[in-house]
Amino acid sequence: MKKLLLLGDEAFAQGALDSGISGAFGYPGTPSTEIVEYVQSNQEAIERDVKRAWSANEKTSMEEALGMSFAGKRAIVTMKHVGLNVAADPFMNSAMVGANGGLIVAVADDPSMHSSQNEQDSRVYGKFAMVPIMEPANQQEAYEMPFKAFEISEKYEIPVLFRITTRLAHSRSGVTRRKKLPEKKGSMPEYMYQFMLLPAIARKKYKKLLELQKDLEKESENSPFNKYTDGEDKSLGIITCGLGYNYLMENFKDLKKTHPVLKIGQYPLPRKQVEKITSECEEILVIEEGMPVVEEMLKGYLEKKPKIKGRLDGTLPRDGELNPSLVRKALGLASPQGYEMPELVAKRPPALCVGCPHRDSFQALNEAMEKYGKGHVFSDIGCYTLGFQPPFNAINSCVDMGASVSMAVGAATAGFFPSIAVIGDSTFGHSGMTGLLDAVDKKANVVIMILDNDTTAMTGMQDSVVTGRIESICEGIGVKKDHIRVINPLSRHHDENVKVIKEEIAYDGVSVIIPRRPCIQVYAKRKRDKEI
Amino acid sequence: MKKDIILAGVGGQGILSIATIIGYAVIESGYNLKQSEVHGMSQRGGDVQSHLRISDNEIYSDLIPLGNADMILAVEPMEALRFLPYLAPAGWLITNTKTFENIPDYPEKDKIITEIEQLKNKVALDADGIAKELGTTKVMNMVMLGAASEFLELEYSKLEEGIKSVFGRKGEKIVETNLKAMAAGKKIAQEKK
Repeated sequence: MKKLLLLGDEAFAQGALDSGISGAFGYPGTPSTEIVEYVQSNQEAIERDVKRAWSANEKTSMEEALGMSFAGKRAIVTMKHVGLNVAADPFMNSAMVGANGGLIVAVADDPSMHSSQNEQDSRVYGKFAMVPIMEPANQQEAYEMPFKAFEISEKYEIPVLFRITTRLAHSRSGVTRRKKLPEKKGSMPEYMYQFMLLPAIARKKYKKLLELQKDLEKESENSPFNKYTDGEDKSLGIITCGLGYNYLMENFKDLKKTHPVLKIGQYPLPRKQVEKITSECEEILVIEEGMPVVEEMLKGYLEKKPKIKGRLDGTLPRDGELNPSLVRKALGLASPQGYEMPELVAKRPPALCVGCPHRDSFQALNEAMEKYGKGHVFSDIGCYTLGFQPPFNAINSCVDMGASVSMAVGAATAGFFPSIAVIGDSTFGHSGMTGLLDAVDKKANVVIMILDNDTTAMTGMQDSVVTGRIESICEGIGVKKDHIRVINPLSRHHDENVKVIKEEIAYDGVSVIIPRRPCIQVYAKRKRDKEI
Repeated sequence: MKKDIILAGVGGQGILSIATIIGYAVIESGYNLKQSEVHGMSQRGGDVQSHLRISDNEIYSDLIPLGNADMILAVEPMEALRFLPYLAPAGWLITNTKTFENIPDYPEKDKIITEIEQLKNKVALDADGIAKELGTTKVMNMVMLGAASEFLELEYSKLEEGIKSVFGRKGEKIVETNLKAMAAGKKIAQEKK
């Protein structure tokens, strides 16, 4: 069969489709977005009517996937690493209730923070919840893993965490497909109260989860994704996790002698192989993308033999993404020299597009705020976070999805004035609405600006669940109709927009201002589509 | 056969289309490919890079090691310089000379060009100018792909098929302009190399 050229994300999505999913749930977030997008545009998924619409946030999407699993069908749910914080409650408890139809929680981590606010490692969550984890080294494994993950998920009635990182998520390579599995017909859980976590039942379920760990370890020891290769020089043994294997193999041919290598792609760690490599080798180098999760497990608190090297002792950097050159250095090999970058090369940070509606919104807000000075604008996560950059310097915070609204409320209750929040339409639907309910309940003196550009722009223009509903949501939550103001962020409306913002700052209560104009990229795309 | 290529430019300049077309030709030729790209926040007017690795052997790393690239293909000259630490001593720099100045501290253009001229193996051309003669600067990226095609060791007809596969949906005329742009770039590289 001809190979498909797929991103790591897409390979996983194709693998999930071929292993018979009935639904793909998720909220967009770099670098995970392409998984659901692939399912959305896949002809076969459309014909099969695989459920594939975006959800309001990661928590609701996780719960929807759990609901599909309850109904006896296979489901995946996708999010970026910080999205798993939002979905942490259902995720942790999904390990307790387990799965009926197979369930994969696919999380894309972003070491080096290419598009994120931290570089947390989702394997910590997997270990925390005590679920099996799969971590591919390449696109082919990303394709193969859903088959194995669903098998384990249904055999042991447990969700499986699939962890991928930016580099593989967004790298393309040829993938060979295998025989497809049919979707499941759907059936109620055998034990009707499988999904009931009242304390008396939960205690039993927790014991079951603890007992399961032995079996999961056995599964790892026999997994095709964990591979032990012996080597002649046992002064050093090397353990790689996920795509760390690639960076090792890139340099392996230049080593004078081969070393034993344990390649990990499935967790919990395969105890048998780990014991073998640590008992036979004098030193162990751990090459893992993200945090030193495996390294810390092996090292423990008290340093013992063998010596464990990796990110904790400085053999590899403590933070940031790995690459072949860093691993080469860790192996003690000399690196070839490239050319030097001339000093004149300037930094080119991302910026708001020319013609972006947020530019006009920030200009108006800055002018309205002139007399109060800087430091009053809480913001959120989306393209508008670039309003931090010059020439705007318009915002002062970016913490997590929805935090702009709740932080403005908290600051206002401390007497801080004016207290302004700037949030995008999709982020408002994700988790700004509940903060707004608090604002109304606490009668907080805040101005909430919901920048409505008709899309989820930063992640590449996905649909937003609040489109066409923002005013009615705000009104329903209890914001007074007179203080829900829609403005048009265009330079020719600048003066009237400044006036509206000033009026709402002066109003003692909850104000919502909605600057509404489509994202310039969406506008251009709609125009192009019309022309073709 | 082994080619490691760094594609460099600014978000929105079309380097991912270049990568897709080369990727198509590589797969059609039966070689292995890995191509890593940048999505998300970095795409908004910031510098973007893509690592393209082609080989008849197994390719492990998705990233090219420093000092290993056989080619830097840049659609913007300052971005060409940014990625020089990746270029192998015998590697080639293929770059557009038209600057994309969206930052306040953009260096003087002459100084950038001087730096490029100092390299032994380079092809520098005004791809925007050539594209404009064909009616639209939008095909600048295909002019650059044409210039690179001289060094790629891929059949030219497979790159042409790649263009048809990527732009076919947009109609015959757009395919035609892109093909012309690639041919124009190829011609200049033949003269300059």
